[in-house]
Amino acid sequence: MNRIVGWYGANPLHLLALLGCFALAAYAAVRLVSFQPITVAVWFLGAVIGHDLLLLPLYSVADRAIPAILRHQPTPMPTVAWINYVRVPAFLSGLLFIVWFPLILRLPAEYPLATALSPKPFLSHWLAVTAALWILSAFAFAFALRLRRARPEPPRRRHLHQPG
Amino acid sequence: LTSVFGSVLLVGIVVLFITGLLSYAAYNPNLDVAVNDTTPDKGILGFYLFEWPTHPYWLYRLTQGVHVTLGFVLVPVLLAKLWSVIPKLFEWPPARSPAQLLERLSLLLLVGGAVFEFATGIINIQIWYVFPGSFYRLHFYGAWVFMAAFAAHVAFKIRTMVTALRARSLRVELRTDTAHTEPEPLDPDHLVSPAPAPPTISRRGALGMVGAGSLLLLLLAVGQSIGGSLRRLALLAPHGQDLGSGGPNDFQVNKTAADRGVLPEQAGQNWRLTLRGGPTPRVLTRTQLLALPQHTAHLPIACVEGWSTENQAWTGVRLRDLAQLAGIAEPHSVLVESLEQTGAFRSAALARNQILNPDSLLALEVNGAPLSMDHGSPARVIVPANPGVHNTKWVTLMTFRR
Repeated sequence: MNRIVGWYGANPLHLLALLGCFALAAYAAVRLVSFQPITVAVWFLGAVIGHDLLLLPLYSVADRAIPAILRHQPTPMPTVAWINYVRVPAFLSGLLFIVWFPLILRLPAEYPLATALSPKPFLSHWLAVTAALWILSAFAFAFALRLRRARPEPPRRRHLHQPG
Repeated sequence: LTSVFGSVLLVGIVVLFITGLLSYAAYNPNLDVAVNDTTPDKGILGFYLFEWPTHPYWLYRLTQGVHVTLGFVLVPVLLAKLWSVIPKLFEWPPARSPAQLLERLSLLLLVGGAVFEFATGIINIQIWYVFPGSFYRLHFYGAWVFMAAFAAHVAFKIRTMVTALRARSLRVELRTDTAHTEPEPLDPDHLVSPAPAPPTISRRGALGMVGAGSLLLLLLAVGQSIGGSLRRLALLAPHGQDLGSGGPNDFQVNKTAADRGVLPEQAGQNWRLTLRGGPTPRVLTRTQLLALPQHTAHLPIACVEGWSTENQAWTGVRLRDLAQLAGIAEPHSVLVESLEQTGAFRSAALARNQILNPDSLLALEVNGAPLSMDHGSPARVIVPANPGVHNTKWVTLMTFRR
């Protein structure tokens, strides 16, 4: 028994839980793919690939590229770290786009006929919200800069050591 | 951070799952499998089904509004959770034991299932039917695949999560700025970077950013479920605009008459309602229906897509009076059929409790005016707590069953 557990690499309950998981998942998956199995599988795997290998690398690269591109700015006066004043509005605007891109890009052709509503406002609404976010962020940055320049460097606090 | 996002998702996804299961139950799939069940091959996955109640009348409006709006709120949390564990994807070697290999396979179902469920739901409510086949099949069976993996993942990781949550005080973290943010100590799961870059955002900053994303999505969507002046605030939601037609019929439409191919001529003078089920069919004109006792009920329209309207004042004939008229005093169910020729919801079966509720109507008027074509002229069903698509529009035939 111990040898089997040692070979498997975990508690037998771990195996039991996984077998239960796969049994239920298989029961549902057979029904999930019973019509158009290949297209459904493409959608399911596409969800993983689209997120893990496309969306996440893309936003990670963007997050790294922005400071790299804008790094060598002369700073004659005391300044504050600006990266989050770019990161936050970009994240929020991008998030809205990821969720609502079908309507923003007017992809659902049936929308106006089905709902009797106009497909037009979504793009302008998204742009307006995006603009508002950047303006808010700019104000917040200006405010932080003023605070920072109004008083001298605060003494650094003692580092907090926390166990993980 | 992973543990904080994980704990939010643990609660949130359980609520999504339960409200999702309730939505399936709300269609009364077992009442008439051929008509009401969008997933008739469900097998044991329908083990929990029960007769959907008609009290309180706002029940479906609440459960489905929560399901859809909470789904939006959780999008940034899900993205953040996946972001925080992405180093594990590129771990090498991919598995050091059979246990790890199997667990990683289940993670494929977990991540695929999560993104699949969120994507199909979000795309469906934008009326963008690009996915293969019926949304109901994909979202229902996909949910079970996802929840199977989710349950195993929670069982394996809940101790890690609790330990990690206890290791840090939220109060201290909320007071720690970027300058004082220290990297995590190395962990046994190898999730922490051994050579972290200098921090550019504090933990409170990261939590705040994700929280702001959730709040923004909430603010820009919840109005389509609450209605009133808040509807205008749902700037990006599909039912965030006012219909703008003016008058008593000025409230949200799921599918218009033009979309469903129902012509005004069909709903005009020649329209008849046929009641079947009794010894002989009864055929009624609109005038004859208006001569029957009329009743008014204040009920919302609540769509599976999560949007809903405020209460509208519907006036018409009680369904139980129509059952009497058909010659069936003790109906078990009724099959309601529309003038629509095609579409998954051209007919619906209603259960006994839905027929007998005194507020269940075949409505001819709304807010004091005849129904508009888009709201189902000349007659539509309205039943308390019923999903919108089961409040059949353009009704032409009702078959009562004992």
